[in-house]
Amino acid sequence: MRIGVVTFPGTLDDRDAARAVKYAGAEAVSLWHGDADLKGVDAVILPGGFSYGDYLRCGAISSFAPVMTEIIAQANKGMPVLGICNGFQVLCEAHLLPGALTRNHELHFLCRDQTLKIENTTSAWTTNFTKGQEIVIPLKNGEGSFQCDDETLKALEDSNRIIARYVGENPNGSRNLIAGITNERGNVVGLMPHPEHAIDSLTGPTTDGLPFFTSVLSALVGK
Amino acid sequence: MSLDTVASAQTSPDTKQPFAELGLKPDEYARIKEILNRRPTSSELAMYSVMWSEHCSYKSSKVHLKQFGEKAPHSDALLVGIGENAGVVDVGQGYAVTFKIESHNHPSFIEPYQGAATGVGGIVRDILTMGARPIAVMDPLRFGPADAPDTKRVLPGIVAGIGGYGNCLGLPNIGGEITFDQTYLGNPLVNALCVGVMRHDQIKLAKASGAGNLVVLFGAKTGGDGIGGVSVLASETFGASGPAKRPSVQVGDPFVEKVLIECSLEIFAEDLVVGIQDLGGAGLSCATSELASGGSGGMQVQLDKVPLRDPSLSPEEILMSESQERMCAIVEPKHIARFLEICAKWDVTVDVIGEVTDGDSLIITWHGEVIVDVPPRTVAHEGPVYNRPFAQPDYINIVNAQNIDVPLPKTAAEIKAAMLTIASTPNLADKSWVTSQYDKYVQGNTILAQPEDAGMVRVDETTQLGVAISTDANANWSYLNPYEGAKLALAEAARNIAVAGAKPLAVTNCLNFGSPEDPGVMWQFAETVRGLADGCLEMGLPVTGGNVSFYNQTGDVAILPTPVIGVLGVIQDVRTRTPMGIPAAGLDLYLLGETKNDLAGSEWAFLHNQRGGNSPIADLQREMKLIDFLLANNSIFKSAHDLSQGGLAATLIEATLKNNIGATITLTDAGIELLSETPSRVLIAIDPQDAAKITYPATKIGTTGGTSLTINDAEISLAELRTAHTETFPKLFG
Repeated sequence: MRIGVVTFPGTLDDRDAARAVKYAGAEAVSLWHGDADLKGVDAVILPGGFSYGDYLRCGAISSFAPVMTEIIAQANKGMPVLGICNGFQVLCEAHLLPGALTRNHELHFLCRDQTLKIENTTSAWTTNFTKGQEIVIPLKNGEGSFQCDDETLKALEDSNRIIARYVGENPNGSRNLIAGITNERGNVVGLMPHPEHAIDSLTGPTTDGLPFFTSVLSALVGK
Repeated sequence: MSLDTVASAQTSPDTKQPFAELGLKPDEYARIKEILNRRPTSSELAMYSVMWSEHCSYKSSKVHLKQFGEKAPHSDALLVGIGENAGVVDVGQGYAVTFKIESHNHPSFIEPYQGAATGVGGIVRDILTMGARPIAVMDPLRFGPADAPDTKRVLPGIVAGIGGYGNCLGLPNIGGEITFDQTYLGNPLVNALCVGVMRHDQIKLAKASGAGNLVVLFGAKTGGDGIGGVSVLASETFGASGPAKRPSVQVGDPFVEKVLIECSLEIFAEDLVVGIQDLGGAGLSCATSELASGGSGGMQVQLDKVPLRDPSLSPEEILMSESQERMCAIVEPKHIARFLEICAKWDVTVDVIGEVTDGDSLIITWHGEVIVDVPPRTVAHEGPVYNRPFAQPDYINIVNAQNIDVPLPKTAAEIKAAMLTIASTPNLADKSWVTSQYDKYVQGNTILAQPEDAGMVRVDETTQLGVAISTDANANWSYLNPYEGAKLALAEAARNIAVAGAKPLAVTNCLNFGSPEDPGVMWQFAETVRGLADGCLEMGLPVTGGNVSFYNQTGDVAILPTPVIGVLGVIQDVRTRTPMGIPAAGLDLYLLGETKNDLAGSEWAFLHNQRGGNSPIADLQREMKLIDFLLANNSIFKSAHDLSQGGLAATLIEATLKNNIGATITLTDAGIELLSETPSRVLIAIDPQDAAKITYPATKIGTTGGTSLTINDAEISLAELRTAHTETFPKLFG
């Protein structure tokens, strides 16, 4: 199994995402923003960071990168895509996911260990969780407040497209405590917290993030 | 006004020049004329003025700092010593680690966000320049009183600036300190530390050698920021039509720096540079003169080739601009095509601006006319040296004669009240409000981060080799006795490394002081350097570099002498690290070391407005025995936590709250045992069956478990303790 990890200028967590892919037992393939070539990978991760320095809007410039044209085309055909943090922002800007991520309600960058409740266990990236499972993984962002209109929110809720919710105090002002969502098909997932930083308790708070990466392998094998 | 060329300087010897406005003394100006055998051009004057400034030339501190070389202990670990951008230490397995700490105090007071942000940017480029990948940052900070209105202005801005820049670079922030004191009100301290790692054969130096090699400027375009005093020249050059006043605080763009880091590392990996220097203080003046001076001396630069953000800049301003995110490399002609290709891949602006020559002059031209022709060593390394007068200030004898007279808690109610005070006082309260604004996880190698005793990062994922860093200063002790204060800060930083399970290897420092023109301040500085040099020699730890920040003074009020000491350590297997938090119930708690009546300079005395007394005398032999014991017996410690500010009280609070596991403590003289700050002490938690393995003077003080911290008859629930500990910062700054 080969999973692509995209590097944009300003991407920070690409090596972390590649490490998580390896921990899950797959091969990580580095993809460059300027090449519209996915090198035949089976799935793609858009990692966290500050691509293009968050200029204009977070993820806005990256969503027009040559590599994204190909990712959008493949995602629409069903290829699993996971956007973490800045990657989530890119997916929203690319209209692969609805809504937008705005400034945290307290206006500070926030890095902490965050408890999440897994709500959706049918997406390509969450089948190895159990519904209602609580996990702890790092949250770290300045613009992580998920916002959308009421109609979109209702559609997301009604069609079980909330991947995970924050447990306890709302860390960033997201609507309905949303930490992550998926598209209608369930192959594209956007997640604000960072599962790639929770794959080894030596360097992360837990190993709770690993099932995101093993789930996609199960999804690909079952295809 | 026309261009001031070398030719015109020769024919107009009597032209009046604004050397005083640029900060040069009359004798310094005379010395420049003597070196050049003519008056300097305005560009040369600008270069000398910034390079001979206190900040760049260390002219007041040099005579003292040479002790770090003279008293240097023998060390096989030191690969590159003082004088380069940062020292480099061998940590084994072919890895070299470079680390350094620098101040960005004054800019951060003027413009907290950008001042702090560019402080991080500058130290990261220093580390990158050595050829290393930056792997972590730390930020020791000092502020005026926590409730002062100006602290509410500078602290949130500085914290946001450090986070805004460091987070965007993808560097984990793994430690630091925050301390409040009245003397920092007009002079907050922002010290920034960076650590980087490389293979031994990747070390790069700032030298321009090999005639015909190209001088390449890459990174951000040059703008009018950070020009400072040189605006005097600028306004002269431009008259009324030019830009009026340049901002003297630089503006950072961390995105450009992140791209510059990746671009530079790719260039280093292909071994495409002969020498490299970042552009920081004094900009291109510093980079060109230091590169030329570090090589054979000859260099020719076409200044009009520098890519500009603002085309109206004069040559003097271009030479002085401190625009951030720029690097200057020396590249062999055969490698230039590949060099340019890598820059293009990363969309990094790059231009060849000159070449190394076989002469011994740094010659800078502006559209073909020579505007600078100087021996580079006279600019970069042979600046003025002052032996400034120093004398023990009058306050020393007065404060040393004072006795500390503070109420010590005895009853259960008093003990509980004292614990809650220590838990909540700004100097010791939980700093999560600050540290949660920093990314500690990025790169996936962070083993320990604040509030642990030391920050620790993994260097090699296969072998689990890691490094640990701690920065410490106790300005209260340095105020009472700067010689002992420096040694004690060194001892504490080294102890913090050992507590985490790493072996101390090398030292960096950032020496923050008032005005060197005050003999009393100069004495504090001289005593500090003497103490640190003696301490490093005794402990066998080489000083690899450092930074001096003078003039942290408002009117007659100087800051407390604040030598921030950073110690780097190595750990063979990061999985063996020892955390500070008690991990389980049913363990025995031992206090290593002896507790004396050391309340002078303590947090408890500070809380009672008592600043007098005598600091403890550093016993470095005892400290080294403690460190040896810690390292030899690391495997039996379930947790270990240093005792420092706030004494045993603060240590117990932090150790129990970390994992929410309580403790029951029995003390015979609770007041002094909780609040004394005797150095060389550590709290450890061990399995009861390992008691016989403790071969260092130790006292069993209690056991772990429960949901309270109980000291004799005083029971404090962890919930109440946590509220006291965590609500201070959000209340003050949230």
